[in-house]
Amino acid sequence: MSSPASRGRWMSKTAVNGFLLLAVVYMLFPLVWLVTAATKDTGGLLAGNAFSFDGFNLGENLSNLASYGDGIYFRWYLNSLGYAGGGALVCSLICVAAGYAFEKYSFRGKDQLFGLVLMGVLVPTTALALPMYLLASKVGLVNTYWSVLIPVLVNPFGVYLARVFCSGYIPNEALEAARIDGAGELRTFWSIGLPMVMPGFVTVFLFQFTAIWNNFFLPLVMLSDRKLFPLSLGLYSWNTNTHGEPSFYPLVVTGSLLAVIPLIVAFVSLQRHWKAGLTAGSVK
Amino acid sequence: MKHARTTRAAAILLGPFFVLFTLAMVLPIGYAVWLSLFTEKQSGLGFGGTETVFSGLDNYTAALGDRAFREGFGVLLGYCLFYIPLLLVGALALALLLDSTLARARRFFQLALFLPHAVPGIIAALIWVYLYTPQLSPVVSAMESGGIGFDFFSPDGALPSIVNIALWEWLGYNMVIFYAALQAIDRSVLEAATVDGAGAWRIAIAIKVPLIRASVVMVALFTVIGSLQLFTEPLILNKGTGSAVTSTWTPNMYAYTAAFERNDYGLAAAASILLALTAALLSFVVTRFTGRKGKKA
Repeated sequence: MSSPASRGRWMSKTAVNGFLLLAVVYMLFPLVWLVTAATKDTGGLLAGNAFSFDGFNLGENLSNLASYGDGIYFRWYLNSLGYAGGGALVCSLICVAAGYAFEKYSFRGKDQLFGLVLMGVLVPTTALALPMYLLASKVGLVNTYWSVLIPVLVNPFGVYLARVFCSGYIPNEALEAARIDGAGELRTFWSIGLPMVMPGFVTVFLFQFTAIWNNFFLPLVMLSDRKLFPLSLGLYSWNTNTHGEPSFYPLVVTGSLLAVIPLIVAFVSLQRHWKAGLTAGSVK
Repeated sequence: MKHARTTRAAAILLGPFFVLFTLAMVLPIGYAVWLSLFTEKQSGLGFGGTETVFSGLDNYTAALGDRAFREGFGVLLGYCLFYIPLLLVGALALALLLDSTLARARRFFQLALFLPHAVPGIIAALIWVYLYTPQLSPVVSAMESGGIGFDFFSPDGALPSIVNIALWEWLGYNMVIFYAALQAIDRSVLEAATVDGAGAWRIAIAIKVPLIRASVVMVALFTVIGSLQLFTEPLILNKGTGSAVTSTWTPNMYAYTAAFERNDYGLAAAASILLALTAALLSFVVTRFTGRKGKKA
């Protein structure tokens, strides 16, 4: 029936796809666990058989999540949306403006300045958090929204990415045409350059949004008022309670599930963009 | 005329970034260096408050002289030796499998493998710590019923436990980077190799991997910098009962503890700077040794 060669090919094909499937199982089973665990009450969780639906309690878990501590969880949710949404929007705009300037203008010291940006990419950010905290406490910004928001507006890698995108998406002829029509430089950037590089803008936004949503160390250092916490820090603080108080487990698990959803939705729907971002960062 | 106009526009467009860059990067670095040179001394019996005195490199010698700090670097070394090869080889292997002509459903595999990266680090750590905790975990109970007893929090178990969390978070992300680079390879090169009689395995190792070296170097570089900052995952494991992970387990945790539990900002700053210098040194080594074609990231 089938020749040895085609049988060999079939076996390799099974091996390749089987191995990939195995990797997918490893990647997805913790997420599946998160979903099933979120449906359980404390007893069901502690019984450890989380892949079954024993002790189904999702509705109760959600309502506990909403009511615990006067609904502080959803306050954290709004905070995270604010930090990540507002921060990423402003940060992407700043990055694209800088990347555009580096790509489209020549001025003295450009190479040195860009070198400085590239060095900024390599600075371990956690090493900055402590001095940043001390500086912020000097000017009275500790334990305010600003203390978490201002540092995340800076992303040297975003500038690098934006420059790569500007070189690919904005032809110089388009800028020249605008100039001949009498548009000023800033007008040209705003009305011609920025719309053309929109896919790059969205990419930088997506990466920065994720980075801020995931940000943990900076809020941990800066914030002590629970009302200002983002989700990451709030869930962490609840987790420290689980030792003495196992009833916190369902809160943490259900809260984690809800906290993961926006990013998964963003990544699934914006596949084109994060792939473009990863490629621009690596191949060029 | 035109020159002055464009210079002004460039300054306006670059201004916001460099103002913030100065505020959030340059100033803190400068301040950390400054802080690391001073020590707070209790005057008298501690009733007279504290005064800040210049102490030169004392904080650095104190940090380097502290066994806990040195052991933190030992932990990092063990972590890197264990994690980085696994990550690079694993991500490369998955990318090559996906790039081979035999793979199906490529979009599905890419997305599914990437998905853990959408999970915030702290939540990834929480999920895995729950999966490591005997009372909560279906994994531990499954292992026990299979006769395997493994304590994920024990001195021998803590490092693999953390490496596993990091791999889960980063494997798919880096796989996508490598896969994108592989896709950019000129197919005629691969066809030529096939015509010359090279098998799929040979092509992968001898042609594809060398061609995407720039990406491998970049991933290695960012992984090294990221690894040195190890904090979140061990912090969560540290809260696990009977954990071998101490509050000064990594240099970053040491700095955090020095600052916020001992209120010794000078020592914490010195520890942070030593860590940043290590990162700078290692970035230099990685880019230098991986050589000729490793372009700047």
